[in-house]
Amino acid sequence: MRIEDHPILGKTERRERITLKVDGAAVPAFEGEAIAAALIASGRRVFRYTAKRREPRGVFCALGRCTDCMMIVNGQPNVRTCVTPARDGMVIQTQVGRRGGEATHDLETENS
Amino acid sequence: MGKSEIYVVGGGAAGMAAAIEAARAGAKVTVIDENEQPGGQLFKQIHKFFGSGVHRAGTRGVQIGRDLLKEAEEAGVKTRLNTVAYGIYPGKRLGLICGDHTEEPASPIIILATGASENALAFPGWTLPGVMGAGATQTLININRVLPGRRALMVGAGNVGLIVTYQLLQAGADVAAIVEGLPYIGGYGVHASKVRRAGVPILTSHTVLRAEGDETVERAVIAQMDEKWQPVVDTEEVLEVDTICLAVGLSPLAELAWMAGCRFSYLPALGGWVPVHDENMESSLQGIYVAGDLAGIEEASTAMEEGRLAGLSAAEALGYLSVETAEARKIEVRERLAALRIGSFGGGRAIAKRELLRATCKK
Amino acid sequence: MKHVGKEEGVRTTGIPSKEELEASPGYPNREALERGPIVVIECVQDIPCNPCEMACPKGAITVGNPITQVPVFYAEKCDGCGSCIPICPGQAIFRVDITYAEDKATVSFPYEFLPMPKKGDLVQGVNRAGEGVCEAEVLRVQRPKKFNHTAVINVTVPKDLAMEVRSIKRLKR
Repeated sequence: MRIEDHPILGKTERRERITLKVDGAAVPAFEGEAIAAALIASGRRVFRYTAKRREPRGVFCALGRCTDCMMIVNGQPNVRTCVTPARDGMVIQTQVGRRGGEATHDLETENS
Repeated sequence: MGKSEIYVVGGGAAGMAAAIEAARAGAKVTVIDENEQPGGQLFKQIHKFFGSGVHRAGTRGVQIGRDLLKEAEEAGVKTRLNTVAYGIYPGKRLGLICGDHTEEPASPIIILATGASENALAFPGWTLPGVMGAGATQTLININRVLPGRRALMVGAGNVGLIVTYQLLQAGADVAAIVEGLPYIGGYGVHASKVRRAGVPILTSHTVLRAEGDETVERAVIAQMDEKWQPVVDTEEVLEVDTICLAVGLSPLAELAWMAGCRFSYLPALGGWVPVHDENMESSLQGIYVAGDLAGIEEASTAMEEGRLAGLSAAEALGYLSVETAEARKIEVRERLAALRIGSFGGGRAIAKRELLRATCKK
Repeated sequence: MKHVGKEEGVRTTGIPSKEELEASPGYPNREALERGPIVVIECVQDIPCNPCEMACPKGAITVGNPITQVPVFYAEKCDGCGSCIPICPGQAIFRVDITYAEDKATVSFPYEFLPMPKKGDLVQGVNRAGEGVCEAEVLRVQRPKKFNHTAVINVTVPKDLAMEVRSIKRLKR
């Protein structure tokens, strides 16, 4: 949920509206905001699954240190979505496991 | 293009304050920061600061952040943003990386102001999405302007736990309770009173036992603890929350200081392992200064004053300030620092800081 | 949920006890309360802080040096202007007027939540534990720029709750 008005910070200043493609679905965002912010605003809480036990992970530190929020962005895995700015048309996928190099699998293939 | 004489690693309260002092004295200063914007934790602090007029009491942290950035720009401080200082090497050489570009500049003086990281608390279910640091929550609500969830449990009643609870309420979320392991509240009573008035219970001698949920946090189980910090049978309670915020202390981000070979001292009152430093904020290594939470977990006001001390001392070491001028200015800063390190909340830190001074010895 | 701890005061519950408040030099006595609108300072710990001293135009609050000293309130100098209320970073200052009416008193308190109530609204007055204890009518909401986003809200409460009500239940967004 987005905070539109705040008793101290006032109304949120908005930049240009853009669209992200997240696991195939269109997700609205604002230009330049942290990818994780747009995802959380859209209701997402699971960002990736761990390599060995396929356990869900979500935002933990929110400043680029813990790596729990990493996703595949435009084919590049291990992108820390909490400190990476969103740009129009970015293709984002839930990361499963470690994925070095180019990501060629989608979630279904990985799990089958 | 002039080479930088002082590299400040970390553009938060301490780093910017240091850069401003040194630049005003005439030194060529560059601030390195891994973020898109400097300011560190200041832009998350939407509450009014304490202290006195000289400490900018009554001003909100966000405004102090804006003022520091403006002063830095006016003083001619260079900033390298989105730049990580990944290493520090003999000869005061920094390893920097920005995107794909790397470099290893050396300079006569390095001021490390790398701040702190949040401690973690492990319990069954703590890896579920929805469990996060209290600082992370603060970043999401005050910087990113999104709610991480609708109803939270706060773990820890120090100032961070109390303040972030209040800020969650301001952002429009609910807080089911604050649990605190100690039998008393560590943060300011006035912060606690604000959240009690707002209807949030503060449960001392309580802990979180586990987080439950399918793929995300759906419930938290809390319990009372006895004087040996063991859960008391039959006191378990289930809270319907979707977020669990951990406010269990901060530790200095000291990797660069370790790597450089600085001497450390273990001081629980300051957050654990702290690089020793003298009255000028110089570490055990000549030419390497430390300031802010890196030099001991305190608060924004002490961070800025320590930054000023480091900046003045660095400018003096480079010859931009005479010994007399520098000393007079430093005495003023030290007096302001001392005024913050007294009483039940600050006195312990004053003692710990004196320990650090005693442990200093030049290499 | 139960609070545990031997002493029941601000350090264990977050709420200053009656004893802590009455022992504090910031708390007006009965006589002062009966004279008219008067400020009530509920700051009982040695926090380094003194904006209240600077804020009072009548010099009714002193903190002195060191600034960890609890504020001392000179009730006879206070005219109830309330300048100190929005200044306190701890939101620990209030104004009470038990002379307002036969059976009603007014309480002013700092408030930083949205939505802001409006004059005339009927809201729930809460005590220091956040418990709703009475209906309260909003007499005034002040939120000028110089208060730096802190509103000061003035509500009527039953007279016997004047020293209990310290805020209102947050309104639904």
